[in-house]
Amino acid sequence: MFDLALIWGLLIALAVLIYVILDGFDLGIGILFPLIKGEQNRDVMMNSVAPVWDGNETWLVLGGGGLFAVFPLAYSVILTSLYAPLIAMLLALIFRGVAFEFRFKDARHKPLWDLAFAGGSILATFCQGVVLGAFIQGIEVQDRAYAGGWFDWLTPFSLFTGFALVVGYALLGAGWLVMKTEGPLQARVYDLMTGLAAGLVFCIGIVSLWTPLLNAEIAGRWFSWPGLLYLSPVPILVLVSALGLYRAIRQRREVLPFVLSLGLFVLSYAGLGLSLYPNIVPPDVTLWQAAAPDKTLGFMLVGAAILLPLILGYTSYAYWVFRGKVRPGDGYH
Amino acid sequence: MSDFFDATVLARAQFAFTVAFHIVFPSFTIGLASYLVVLEGLWLAKKQDVYLRLYKYWSKIFALSFGMGVVSGIVMSYQFGTNWGPFSDMTGPVLGPLLGYEVLTAFFLEAGFLGVMLFGMNRVGPKLHFFSTLMVGVGTLFSAFWILSANSWMQTPQGFAIENGQFVPVDWWLIVFNPSFPYRLVHMVLAAYLTTAFVVAAVGAYHLLKDKQNKAAQIMFSMAMWMALLVAPLQLVAGDLHGLNTLEHQPAKVAAMEGHWETRRGAPLVLFGLPDMAAEVTHFEVAIPKLGSLILTHEWDGEVQGLKDWPPEDRPNAAIVFWSFRIMVGLGLLMILVGGLSLFMRWRGRLYDQPWFLRLALVMGPSGFVAVLAGWFTTEVGRQPYLVYGLLRTSDGVSPIDALAVGTSLAAFAVVYFVVFGAGIYYLLRLMRQPPRADEPGPQGDAPLRAAGIASVPPPRPAE
Repeated sequence: MFDLALIWGLLIALAVLIYVILDGFDLGIGILFPLIKGEQNRDVMMNSVAPVWDGNETWLVLGGGGLFAVFPLAYSVILTSLYAPLIAMLLALIFRGVAFEFRFKDARHKPLWDLAFAGGSILATFCQGVVLGAFIQGIEVQDRAYAGGWFDWLTPFSLFTGFALVVGYALLGAGWLVMKTEGPLQARVYDLMTGLAAGLVFCIGIVSLWTPLLNAEIAGRWFSWPGLLYLSPVPILVLVSALGLYRAIRQRREVLPFVLSLGLFVLSYAGLGLSLYPNIVPPDVTLWQAAAPDKTLGFMLVGAAILLPLILGYTSYAYWVFRGKVRPGDGYH
Repeated sequence: MSDFFDATVLARAQFAFTVAFHIVFPSFTIGLASYLVVLEGLWLAKKQDVYLRLYKYWSKIFALSFGMGVVSGIVMSYQFGTNWGPFSDMTGPVLGPLLGYEVLTAFFLEAGFLGVMLFGMNRVGPKLHFFSTLMVGVGTLFSAFWILSANSWMQTPQGFAIENGQFVPVDWWLIVFNPSFPYRLVHMVLAAYLTTAFVVAAVGAYHLLKDKQNKAAQIMFSMAMWMALLVAPLQLVAGDLHGLNTLEHQPAKVAAMEGHWETRRGAPLVLFGLPDMAAEVTHFEVAIPKLGSLILTHEWDGEVQGLKDWPPEDRPNAAIVFWSFRIMVGLGLLMILVGGLSLFMRWRGRLYDQPWFLRLALVMGPSGFVAVLAGWFTTEVGRQPYLVYGLLRTSDGVSPIDALAVGTSLAAFAVVYFVVFGAGIYYLLRLMRQPPRADEPGPQGDAPLRAAGIASVPPPRPAE
């Protein structure tokens, strides 16, 4: 028989990765808003993601809904323990989500909705980073329930991962904009991108060194022989990608910077997965302990196997319909 | 006072507040998505410019409402875990997949094609564009299917076993198609269609009051009135059947709806009264003898259970359920009346220029939303004190979170929702106040229209 819990662990991880990549770049657009002036530039930035942001955010709902279905214990404990940052994230997502519509409906208050879009994007991203940090540092569980305090999530480490994710999403957003824009706006984004790339690589380095300090098991996995050998491709590829990204930005390549920025995210994510496996609630609830019965996992798997390829198909189609550069006055409102 | 601020009450208040705000948007967008499919279909079939104008007019309103529905909906998908952790852990194996399937079949479909629908008219052919509108419409219905299945399972659970304190699935067919699901689904989808019809009618009436020749306003008003005429009576039948189903599975809820305390044969139909939970009596009762039994059991002397059949701690709050039920039914009867009047107006040739009737339709604009909320209050408060009816008490499902934390987040939700959705509703009303014009811009804005240069304002025609 298949190990359904393992398959679902991988699928949920994949859904979260797709979310991080897709909503990452459109949250990144919002993070970059304060750095780029001019109403027309901001219109173009927003229009570059307006047709797709809603689909991107649906992966967040799949992450939540999927976890509820297949790892209900993890859903229950993680969400309860991260109450404050998650509620803040949801509220922030409301502000930035409605800004897509409101901004164009109300010329007089456009600066206000610009602020809602930028502030909402930054806060939502920061909260997601805090959630990530708090998750890595571990959640106290007793008798299938959260046993820690209301502020356990708040540590220097989780604040740092919050900051790191803001830098990371800003880089993804910049990569997307380089692809989708041209002229002075694109030039401005290129200028920002070098700093963001350097910032993200710095953050990846700090988090990579900090994580093993929090957890002896993770340290043992990375800094012992032969673990070091097996896991070495991850840091090596991070360095290669970082150098490639630096060159691609200098050479003013249009697609490669975005691709390599995604690469950095995928590699960091893989590194994280290799550190935490097989726990779904670190430090000690495993995939199998948190999994729903096989009857649930099987029922969901049939649907996912049929529907996920379809979803990826028509989502790609939607992206393809809106391919190419976004120009001022294009498209919206 | 301390009871009032306990964590369970606050968590319930937060859920009720966020879900009540949320349901307003889907109730409207489910109906509006279907309406847009019809409008675009009519445009493609008849090639009359006015349908395209109407499509564009309503798609702007749809975009705004849908956006608010999405962001308020994301909150819901996380709130089960943040505020109702033990409930999530216990019911996840059964309810999780229903919500998972909602995401996979509905949310992605809507989101994937929404972009093409709103921004793609000049990028894809008309047929593909119509297909996108259709997929968004189908997506909203799929979404209703799954979420109502999940809710209905909590009301009338079956097809499960309990292992180690967890509900685990035994038969998926029985779970999805649980006893109250078909009734609830039909009742809610019809409610969404009626809600939309009355909003469309109010907008049409508003513009007809200003200019009775406005062709687009005439068409939307006429279409909405056909919906009211046909769907409102259908809803009465669906509601009655749903009520009988509730009587079979949740008699305590029906007793609260009816304001009955004593179990008796030939029970009256209580029209008005003030149910008093402490005194176990309905004050100032105005009732029609025996009619209650007739409606509920379809027999003059049928036996109807009263709330005293259950211990006090197992009773729903009769005061809320009794009145929310009456608000819903009252509005439903008014809708039937408006639909009937519209037929009379049509027959007399006064549908577009009888001011008092147009004003009545305008006032009835928000009636669907109020009825939907009242209906949900009836069924959800009526389900108390349980989350999973008869099996899992609400107080056993709540997360171990400080009342202070829940209270703070509730306050934050209240402030943000009133500010953000208040602004959104203001923008919606502003869009609706604009008359549909001959050169109606779509969500696409100033992009050139195929026929824009040629199509002129149709010359005013003498009244038929």
